[in-house]
Amino acid sequence: MTSYSEYSEYTEYTVGEPIQDEQAPSGPVNERWDTRRFEAKLVNPANRRKHTIIVVGTGLAGGAAGATLAEQGYHVVQFCYQDSPRRAHSIAAQGGINAAKNYRNDGDSIHRLFYDTVKGGDFRARESNVHRLAQISVEIIDQCVAQGVPFAREYGGLLDTRSFGGVQVSRTFYARGQTGQQLLLGAYQALSRQIAAGNVEMHARTEMLDLIVVDGRARGIVARDLVTGRISTYFADAVVLASGGYGNVFYLSTNAMNSNATAVWRAHRRGAYFANPCFTQIHPTCIPRSGDHQSKLTLMSESLRNDGRIWVPKAKGDTRPPAEIPEDERDYYLERIYPSFGNLVPRDIASRAAKNVCDEGRGVGPGGQGVYLDFADAIARMGRKAVEEKYGNLFDMYERITAENPYEVPMRIYPAIHYTMGGLWVDYDLQTTVPGLFAIGEANFSDHGANRLGASALMQGLADGYFVLPSTINDYLARNPHKDEVDASHPAAVEAVRETEDRLARLLTVDGDRTPDSFHREIGELVWEFCGMARTDEGLRKALDRIPQIREEFWRRLKVPGTGEEFNQSLEKANRVVDYLELAELMCLDALHRAESCGGHFREESQTPDGEAARGDEEFSYAAAWEFTDTGAAPVLHKEQLTFTYVHPTQRSYA
Amino acid sequence: MKLTLRVWRQKNPDAPGAMATYELDGVSQDMSFLEMLDVLNEELIVKGDEPVAFDHDCREGICGACSLVINGDAHGPERTTTCQLHMRSFQDGDTIDIEPWRASAFPVIKDLVVDRSAFDRVIQAGGYITAPTGAAPEAHATPVPKADADFAFEHAECIGCGACVAACPNGAAMLFTSAKVNHLNVLPQGSPERETRVLDMVAQMDAEGFGGCTLTGECATACPKGIPLFSITAMNKEWLRATRKVKR
Repeated sequence: MTSYSEYSEYTEYTVGEPIQDEQAPSGPVNERWDTRRFEAKLVNPANRRKHTIIVVGTGLAGGAAGATLAEQGYHVVQFCYQDSPRRAHSIAAQGGINAAKNYRNDGDSIHRLFYDTVKGGDFRARESNVHRLAQISVEIIDQCVAQGVPFAREYGGLLDTRSFGGVQVSRTFYARGQTGQQLLLGAYQALSRQIAAGNVEMHARTEMLDLIVVDGRARGIVARDLVTGRISTYFADAVVLASGGYGNVFYLSTNAMNSNATAVWRAHRRGAYFANPCFTQIHPTCIPRSGDHQSKLTLMSESLRNDGRIWVPKAKGDTRPPAEIPEDERDYYLERIYPSFGNLVPRDIASRAAKNVCDEGRGVGPGGQGVYLDFADAIARMGRKAVEEKYGNLFDMYERITAENPYEVPMRIYPAIHYTMGGLWVDYDLQTTVPGLFAIGEANFSDHGANRLGASALMQGLADGYFVLPSTINDYLARNPHKDEVDASHPAAVEAVRETEDRLARLLTVDGDRTPDSFHREIGELVWEFCGMARTDEGLRKALDRIPQIREEFWRRLKVPGTGEEFNQSLEKANRVVDYLELAELMCLDALHRAESCGGHFREESQTPDGEAARGDEEFSYAAAWEFTDTGAAPVLHKEQLTFTYVHPTQRSYA
Repeated sequence: MKLTLRVWRQKNPDAPGAMATYELDGVSQDMSFLEMLDVLNEELIVKGDEPVAFDHDCREGICGACSLVINGDAHGPERTTTCQLHMRSFQDGDTIDIEPWRASAFPVIKDLVVDRSAFDRVIQAGGYITAPTGAAPEAHATPVPKADADFAFEHAECIGCGACVAACPNGAAMLFTSAKVNHLNVLPQGSPERETRVLDMVAQMDAEGFGGCTLTGECATACPKGIPLFSITAMNKEWLRATRKVKR
């Protein structure tokens, strides 16, 4: 194709049949969820206990789904890799959860939340799904309050809200800076109640390593007990993946260290289409890396941009301490380029601008990968005490990590990956292209389009887990009674176990000289460089040529000590890297094929004369659902055309 | 920085364990404690030795997975989680002892990894409000006085790391249990199960083999989230009240 693609034919993808969501009813958008629930077949309560459902993951989506399905009477078998379901990474979400309660009487409504989310997603999400999400948002708050989630309250005892992420209403419910933790513990406690009641069989420290598909339907999983190393099979009438996003493909991200893509990637290899993998979100205000030892990045709440001013020195390579750089030698670049929005431009714009000034050699801190976020003016204006009240906990966290006092020295920040909008393709019922396999929460691609709004991840995880999946899965179970019991002797199960065991054995026998982490770091740096904040045809092709080489080297030079029959964290890691090495390739291909800029995906070739992202609605108003063929072999693209009846696509402008 | 690390190594729950000594050079003050262990492990793997197993996940102080006793202190010298402890808290040339949580209710799985599933079972015994999905009333139907909401939040901050148990000379889990009891019992939504909750959770706590509380207060000193010591006395009050109200 070009001079670069001598190594890989991966870019020679073919376009297959278009794909459609056939489950969303037609009719007015605000009636579709009611219609679907009415049309969906139900399972008789007395019959539910005869059905087993596997749920992988115990975050907001998985924890909520496991608890709710068990309450309905299903037998749930649930898995998490952590030592307890309470530790899933939803716990780290800080900001809050959106809901169209309109408690502030400020003009909010379900339709406005729907509108904001479609627009915020840069017109790459389905209207049906997003409207349902907005409708359910109000029920989520009721549910969480009933569980005892200690949301922030006013003195009158009613719930407090705040505004978030550029919307004009105050619809974000929060529990200090620990909203994710409190919502997750609510779901975990509901799940615990069902575990105690015997309705949920919980397997902690157990990781799904493959999907078992029998006669075209998802019927079970292969999982490894991380303590004993034992590989087992589990069977069910349906399998639900709630295993989170794939941000850790970047190595450095705000994800937990062990968050991984293995469950979704293995499902993809077994036939589930993977949609929009290049839609990844970068958060502009994270603490920069301090050196090569850096293992993860920590996010600082975006609210800091309300009062902090972002700047870098005007001169390249200016290494003076910030206090010694006079005012007229500083470049408050966001205020300069975007005079009306200033420091409050959307996440992607703030992130790219930071990258640009650092690429120009004007970055600050170790390695020049940082910009200042300065509170000196805010302290002068509001007084130190007021700043402390507003941001005290964030300033403390910053000081703990960097040993610098942000009241005296400007903070240093840099963008980092923290959410992935892409994921397994699902229909309105949240079912993947493998019948009986469902994906919920960050693991699916459904609601955020090309960009997620702040405080919407918690909303979507809980909507899927508490309300959507427990309604839609009934329909599948009622229409697809399984007559044949499947057990470990079934050829499909035997094959999946054999493949898993072979893979682990191979990882252990390479006996080379490089650690799993060194490969993870290498692939992560590559995708960050070429499939990160700004992407180009040339860069993506470079990455696509390099990835198969890294993969080849991985299988030649990897070193994993120990055996597979024991607690072996190196083996766990290596096995996850196997999947990153394939997923990274699909991400880059998706980014290459989407020659437009939209949401979190910025293609340098596609920008307006003043340097803003230019969407290509004519050509790209679709979700890209990729079908796996073989490792390193070109996948097949299935396009789901998106239509907008209620929210008409417009170009963003923040200048 | 150059450090001498003395690390507890134990192959599996049944194997005998022992402290092993490692010299580690080139440690940066900006590393977190766990990143320092990452560097050690990278060196061990390349040499063909087994890396040191330890639990960790979010590395931002909220998931509660990390759990090391460092120089005799749960989570080390600062009041934080191990993942948020940085090497600038140590000096060049230091010898650092690294051990797992020590408590009979937390058996060692491997090296520095322990089994904390007893905590999950304490929650399962009653650390929830029975509110099946869909049955919830409108959120504003029941106002909660701000003072009660703040009290609930203060206790709900517990991350379930187990430092309280590791720090306690008796291996007691009173602070963990009381944090959840207080979080839920103060709320109007938690009121219907107020008595059974405290009775069942305390009974499960005892059944798991956690020690008795002698109110030494080490737990609250070690707690990275600042769950206060009066949490325990508040639970004792709840428990006494419940024993009088509920005949079993």
